[in-house]
Amino acid sequence: MSHGELPLFYVFHFYLFGIIAIASAVAFVTRKSPVAAALWLVNTMFSLAALYVLLDAHFIGVIQVLVYAGAIMVVFLFVIMLLNLGHASDIADARGIGWKLAAGLVGLALLAQVFALTRARVPEALALPDGTVAEQVAARGAIAPIAGPLFNEYLLAFEVTSVLLLAAVVGAVVLGKRRGSADAR
Amino acid sequence: MTTIHALLQAATPGSTPHTLPYFVFTLVKLLLVFTVYMVGVALLTLAERKISAWIQDRHGPNRVGKGWLQPAADGVKNFVKEETYPAAANIPLFVLAPALAFIPALVTWAVIPFAAPWDSPWGRIDMMLAPLPVGFLFILAISSLGVYGIVLAGWSSNNKYALLGGLRSSAQMISYEIAMGMSTIPVLLLSGNVTLNRIVNQQAFETWNVLNLTIAFFIFLVAAFAETNRLPFDLPEAESELIAGYHSEYSAMKFSLFFIAEYANMVTASALMSTLFFGGWDIPFTLWDNVAPFTFLKTFLTLGCFVTKVLFFVFLYMWIRWTLPRFRYDQLMSLGWKLLLPLALGYIVAVATTIVTLDALGFARGSVPFHLGLILLNVAAVVILFVILDRGKLISPAYSRLNQRDVAKLRAVSAPRRAPLLPESGD
Repeated sequence: MSHGELPLFYVFHFYLFGIIAIASAVAFVTRKSPVAAALWLVNTMFSLAALYVLLDAHFIGVIQVLVYAGAIMVVFLFVIMLLNLGHASDIADARGIGWKLAAGLVGLALLAQVFALTRARVPEALALPDGTVAEQVAARGAIAPIAGPLFNEYLLAFEVTSVLLLAAVVGAVVLGKRRGSADAR
Repeated sequence: MTTIHALLQAATPGSTPHTLPYFVFTLVKLLLVFTVYMVGVALLTLAERKISAWIQDRHGPNRVGKGWLQPAADGVKNFVKEETYPAAANIPLFVLAPALAFIPALVTWAVIPFAAPWDSPWGRIDMMLAPLPVGFLFILAISSLGVYGIVLAGWSSNNKYALLGGLRSSAQMISYEIAMGMSTIPVLLLSGNVTLNRIVNQQAFETWNVLNLTIAFFIFLVAAFAETNRLPFDLPEAESELIAGYHSEYSAMKFSLFFIAEYANMVTASALMSTLFFGGWDIPFTLWDNVAPFTFLKTFLTLGCFVTKVLFFVFLYMWIRWTLPRFRYDQLMSLGWKLLLPLALGYIVAVATTIVTLDALGFARGSVPFHLGLILLNVAAVVILFVILDRGKLISPAYSRLNQRDVAKLRAVSAPRRAPLLPESGD
């Protein structure tokens, strides 16, 4: 992979946010305190959003911050603080050396896959000519190029996804009710 | 140099960047906005005290330089005060929290257009810091991060009151953020784009959104009050219940930063209300300011117009703070989830249906019949909501007692939790 044709500005920020994202992810996995781990994950999400923006995917970047950093992680943090979970070693799912080895191996496998994928060629059908995205954004704004296909060609898939989310909501309500307390919230 | 050109072209589509002036002016704008914002926020603390004094028929601060230097005196006092750290606090997060509360409010200003563009001798200069293609969504994303500062302050202080304040605020901000986001969808339906410049221009050439979409404005207004933790939604700090809530343990400049963050959030929310519903920098009843040539005079006058609108909403914030009592927690939650959210969703459907119908009937966007149709819908919705369904019919207001049905419902909710705590013979 050569970065010869990319502007220095771009390369610098790509590596800056890439390094922040990886460092935060490592901190996220290794921190003992659940709150600190959650915050490092937020930082990872934020850096990923910056990387999306560098790829001209402004909308995805904003949604990444809005949904993951701004909503899901806040709820995570809320639950962690409310439960005050105590020391990580008591609540961890993966205990013992066997689990850690397995997790390490899965991580290595994923890394190998990423390296293999970056060496592979992108199929012609999926590749856009240079500058298409910027052109689209200039012509139709950042949202329309995503909304158009989503609500026309892929409407069925979109609606099916919403059914999936609905099922999750119904499940959450049922689980919340089962405790015997009709919580007002 | 060509790469920077290409980059600027990508960053500001449609404009012809003159590289050096662009950088210089961006720097100047950054410094100006930051300075004016910070000084303004400091003066707003004085304004708040003066307005509260006026509303309560007393003098307010009148010692330090006849009261005008009071913000400076407060600032100096906060700088020289001792910083205290609770023994059991999580120090890194305790230090980080005030900054996290303040930064989102400031960053939001990057995309708010505050005046008409200026055709300077060095090319057109947009009077906003960063003309992002996702404009408005950026604001939603950044303001959704504001909750971290308060939650972390509450948690890291290791104080029961602070933690309660933090938990309240996270629940409150998550709840009202949804209503806030939903209330702006009708605005986006009308403008057809998410960049704030487009929203301002659409309102300038058609009508201000507050006339078309009063319900959306109302929902946004209420949600903005909740998002900024101001009365009547200041449950996270609720002095009479939680000492000072999430910032109970903070002293000196760190406390001050929370204070600044509150006012900064207020100004940002006011700017958003002006931009989304009151035409932003548009001067009403004339199109003179919206068309070329964009002289410096136009920029100056539109800036004045924008500032006036923002200050009006800031005043509204203070007015309401010193007028209305605090909501109870259950009232807050039912207002957010049972009224504002369904209302916002229903309103989106109503507005979308009306727009599609008017389009189908062949009325062009921006034509008089199109807006008449929208305004008719709006009047109907306003009458239904504020005349027929108001006054405790949907939800009990802040100043009312609970009705018996709600009391019974809340007791039923907490009964299983209290049962193990109560003695056998208890009620």
